[in-house]
Amino acid sequence: MSGRVLVGVKRVIDYAVKIRVKPDNSAVVTDGVKHSMNPFCEIAVEEAVKLKEKKLVKEVVAVSCGPQQSQETIRTALAMGADRGIHVEVSGKDYESLGPLQVSKIMAALAKKEEAQFIILGKQAIDDDCNQTGQMTAALLDWPQGTFASEVSLEGDKVMVVREIDGGLETIRINTPAVLTADLRLNTPRYATLPNIMKAKKKKIANVKPADLGVDLTSRLEVLRVEEPPQRQAGMKVETVEDLVAKLRDAGKV
Amino acid sequence: MSALCKARKVLDLCLTGCRSLSQLAELPETHQLLRQTCRDYADRELAPIAAKLDKEHVYPAKQVKELGAMGVMAMEVPEELGGAGMDCLAYSLAMEEISRGCASTGVVASVNNSLYIGPVLKFGTEEQKKQWITPFTTGEKVGCFALSEPGNGSDAGAASTVARQEGEEWVLNGTKAWITNCWDASATVVFATTDKKLKHKGISTFLIPMPHPGLSLGKKEDKLGIRASSTANIILEDCRIPLNNMLGPRGAGFKIAMQTLDSGRIGIASQALGIAQASLDCAGDYAHKRSAFGAPIGKLQAIQFKLADMAVAIESARLLTWKASLLRDAKKPFTKEAAMAKLAASEAATFCSHQAIQILGGMGYVTDMPAERHYRDARITEIYEGTSEIQRLVIAGQILKEYQS
Repeated sequence: MSGRVLVGVKRVIDYAVKIRVKPDNSAVVTDGVKHSMNPFCEIAVEEAVKLKEKKLVKEVVAVSCGPQQSQETIRTALAMGADRGIHVEVSGKDYESLGPLQVSKIMAALAKKEEAQFIILGKQAIDDDCNQTGQMTAALLDWPQGTFASEVSLEGDKVMVVREIDGGLETIRINTPAVLTADLRLNTPRYATLPNIMKAKKKKIANVKPADLGVDLTSRLEVLRVEEPPQRQAGMKVETVEDLVAKLRDAGKV
Repeated sequence: MSALCKARKVLDLCLTGCRSLSQLAELPETHQLLRQTCRDYADRELAPIAAKLDKEHVYPAKQVKELGAMGVMAMEVPEELGGAGMDCLAYSLAMEEISRGCASTGVVASVNNSLYIGPVLKFGTEEQKKQWITPFTTGEKVGCFALSEPGNGSDAGAASTVARQEGEEWVLNGTKAWITNCWDASATVVFATTDKKLKHKGISTFLIPMPHPGLSLGKKEDKLGIRASSTANIILEDCRIPLNNMLGPRGAGFKIAMQTLDSGRIGIASQALGIAQASLDCAGDYAHKRSAFGAPIGKLQAIQFKLADMAVAIESARLLTWKASLLRDAKKPFTKEAAMAKLAASEAATFCSHQAIQILGGMGYVTDMPAERHYRDARITEIYEGTSEIQRLVIAGQILKEYQS
């Protein structure tokens, strides 16, 4: 086993920023807006680095697909402890229509090229909430998947994953190589230490084009319109339960 | 000097100038990442507890350890001694961001970095560095700096704490006042006179572990601001320390103190910037949310002018602080610039926190909003590590030297 982990990190609009829709309703405003690493990707990086610290894996490679600025996201992963990075350059219109299908094709191609033992991703990105990339990547590679992981432990050449599902917790045992996606309670990501931030500067980030990996970036989806959620309307007060039921019936809710 | 040599020197100067100037315009990538990391830490771990730390006068032990693990408690210490191995600009950025979350935590970090570790790093022997620096890099232990006395603050040359040699020991007697961190510290740098007749040239520097027989602490001062950091007297009564606890040569104490304070001023300037920025953040946010006369108050010119003045005060002080840092990193003289930075930043902090309360109105006066805490925290920045008046004297002294024919 190569002992190599690929971790996908996505550059998204920072979770604390107030999102604004462009006046032409084509997309969300991203110019000049603060971006950072997707929180679930942070958890994925932390898990990979933890595995390396426990000497269960040998190398952590951070991967990001996007424009020049994606390199900042990779550097953050390097500062957290990843060994090297791969920046898959996607920009302009291609980047606007980049989605889970293309990214999973890229991840699958890289996994074969790098002979990865694991791919660890965040369960979903906070901008599109797709929750698809991990699952699609596993399918393309025909690898087992442990998604929504809240606990991961390696047992020889198998992995035990505790998954957070609607009904509670599900424990599965899967073979390696495997795809894992990180859920919120998997770990608490570390703050990069300053010496690691300095070391990150020296770590390599390789530059790759999707064409080099034989990946076609054409999207099968077309975004028709982006709208803000409906504005919250004023409520009203009622005096009695009968009033409440009557109003609900009038509004067609019951 | 040959023409080629001269041309080379001019080119080098231009390049250094360009590098330094462009760093003032946009920080290098590592520094941006560092700044963001410290800001994230301050936003998530310090800002939410700052009010409680202040109200209950609680030393942030857990946070200091976490900052130590990140490298923030020993930023300019080389990695082999356990530090982060970064430069002065990085130190300034870190202090600003930490202080923006909690000014008390900022001063704990700044004193440890500049005033305690600083002189040992610069004037200590290799043995002393290992003994007195390495354990103080992790946040587990912090140090303090004892120069001021009840009888002299600005008049540092008039030290009345004495140190006499008795066999293989130094014996210290006297009282030091206003010592930041002392109730939480594990060591102190102390200035005492070894030759009273030589006046300020007779002062020497000593390292004392804490606790230690003969060293006791006065009561914790009940301060207006930075209440989560402890401040008290250090009382020395026949305090005996080994001969090799002297730092630097005999009689070099005043010089060591002044050089240490030069660097410390960059740390305090950065702390003041953090407080000023926090005040602006508070006021700017409020200007959007609070409505009066039918619109958010941010639409009113009176409020806009205040916000603009605050922003200009902060940005100018910040650039002065960065310039002082860059000069220090380039090993060029930086005394004047450090004094200017400290003066500008501390006055910006008091100005911005004052205006922030004004913008918040009644809400600025109550503890529900952080504006009142920034106002109280800001005030000390014009006093410690050299009062604003002393800074003016230092700056004037440098300027007059420049104009001397």
